[in-house]
Amino acid sequence: MNIFVCVKQVPDTETKITPSGDGTFIETSSIKWIMNPYDEFAVEQALLLKAANAGSTVTVLRVGSTQDTEALRTALAMGADEAILVEGQDNLDSYMIAKSLKGAIEKSGKNPDILFTGKQAIDDDCLQVPQLLAQMIDMPSVSVVVGFESEGGKVTLKREVEGGALEVYEVNTPVVVACNKGINTPRYASLPGIMKAKKKPLQNLSLADVGVSGDDRRVKYSNFQLPPEKPPGKKFDAMDEGKQAEIVAEVVQLLRNEAKVI
Amino acid sequence: MINFELSQEQKEIHTMAMKFARQEMIPKASEYDQKSEMPLEILEKAWSLGLVNTCIPTEFGGTGFSTMDSMIITEALAYGCLGMNTALMANDLALLPIVIGGDDVQKKKFLTPFTESYKIAAFCLTEPGNGSDAGGIKTSIKDGGDHWLINGQKMWITNAGYADLFTLYGTIDPELKHKGISAVVIEKGTEGIEIGAAEKKMGHCCSDTRSVTFKDVKIPKENMLGAPGDGWKIAMKTLDHSRPMVAASAVGGAQCSLDYATQYSKERVQFNKPIAAHQAIQFMLADMATKIEAARLLVYKSAWLIDQGLSNTKIASMAKAFASDSFMQVATDAVQIYGGYGYSKEYPVEKLMRDAKLIQIYEGTSQIQRLVIAKEVLK
Repeated sequence: MNIFVCVKQVPDTETKITPSGDGTFIETSSIKWIMNPYDEFAVEQALLLKAANAGSTVTVLRVGSTQDTEALRTALAMGADEAILVEGQDNLDSYMIAKSLKGAIEKSGKNPDILFTGKQAIDDDCLQVPQLLAQMIDMPSVSVVVGFESEGGKVTLKREVEGGALEVYEVNTPVVVACNKGINTPRYASLPGIMKAKKKPLQNLSLADVGVSGDDRRVKYSNFQLPPEKPPGKKFDAMDEGKQAEIVAEVVQLLRNEAKVI
Repeated sequence: MINFELSQEQKEIHTMAMKFARQEMIPKASEYDQKSEMPLEILEKAWSLGLVNTCIPTEFGGTGFSTMDSMIITEALAYGCLGMNTALMANDLALLPIVIGGDDVQKKKFLTPFTESYKIAAFCLTEPGNGSDAGGIKTSIKDGGDHWLINGQKMWITNAGYADLFTLYGTIDPELKHKGISAVVIEKGTEGIEIGAAEKKMGHCCSDTRSVTFKDVKIPKENMLGAPGDGWKIAMKTLDHSRPMVAASAVGGAQCSLDYATQYSKERVQFNKPIAAHQAIQFMLADMATKIEAARLLVYKSAWLIDQGLSNTKIASMAKAFASDSFMQVATDAVQIYGGYGYSKEYPVEKLMRDAKLIQIYEGTSQIQRLVIAKEVLK
């Protein structure tokens, strides 16, 4: 079984984010990178599936800059067999990333039987790559998956929907599965795993190798800013019983017209 | 010539070990401290991820870490919990004499099982009447023809209640002083081993500390490490390896203390600003951070010397004395920065202060380290 996993490298959640000077991205020089946490579920699910299907291989793909290869090395240390890195800047848009991944899959010379991703990356929160990629490689896709079972050429997927309900999908492989928290508990990369990872193949490709150029950009970033500071909360003195009706009316008016939450 | 950067692999080892410390150890540290119980499940998980017994060579199933690698691991585990780290580090302390003084048959027999499942080892050197003066140990090892006969009592033995294997130092003849000291391996279940009650301690409460009495314990002749009288040499070599490790644990505890104090100083507001904005607190944080950095460099150098095959006796003692004294000062200051909250068991820094004290005592007190340093300086 050819199992593929797409991972993204994102800033550690504790990183202090600052926009870059020209506003086209964020400052990346002093960022500590980690594997996107949702992608850890994808890697774990791939490894579980490999363990249940002797002779399978897990190939991990990533598109991004090479300054730090934390995410791919972590995946290899967890137990993936090989990795492909498509070198590009960290501010590619979802379309370029999906197209690069498609190119990398073709370059791998293998036909994926199943492809796992995280449901979203915690940096830009676009939630687009799994679906774009599935469309490009002509596979069905199911996202926000919290339950996975596989039998023969079929997978049964549980998907979370609003209100805590679950949808159940039965899908023929190949399929793109975008994983959510709850599907499994990702393993640690063990220390022997880290030592072994050094010897595993890591292939480097350029954007040109996978057929992607600047013309593929669909979203141009131009003005990254920090969110405005939150104004202090409003206080209402409702201790005086005579004024309570008046104050309630005022609060309701503000919630409706200013905060626009009701 | 000098490069202070960790290798890519060492950075990954550090990231992984710190993740384990933060996710598995820190959330449970206070609970196990307060109930004074060995967290076997956490310790076994650490073993399954390769964080334990880092001294075992690859030929006998180990992962093949350098001494430098094991410093990085120990610092991270101590960051998680000093008590749990003591339980784990005691394994290395007990296995190192076998790595250093054992022959291949002994290494295969005693070390390999530790790579196959989580097993616990105990290092038995200190006695009720002999701590710093280790040369005067009284436990006797007598030649019984086809066996060695052991009699004596050992004190403050980490892991004693759970140990699968004991590495014991005794003497074949007290008159011979250091030259009579010999090291043997005793397996669990051997007749005549009496395990004492668990000691009630100030810190490292989740680690298991007991006295162990050996009464007419018979062990096979092939359980002696090296020749009779080789024990002192083996013990000194073991300390060259283990002192940097203990120093690394002090750095981990001190770093943890500083991180808590830094975070708290940004949150706690007095006189209308966070206390971190007051110079009095800033100077404390600056001194704490400087001590930690200096201690870590001593630890790294003492480990680097071993990996280069060079003598590290002086630097290892410097690392042990400086790192443990620094940890005590840093942890005390962390409690000071927390003020009244720091003295409460609801907050993490009082435990760090209790835990710090032991690092100045075990594996050679800060005073013994200074004796060693002075001896090297005056050579």
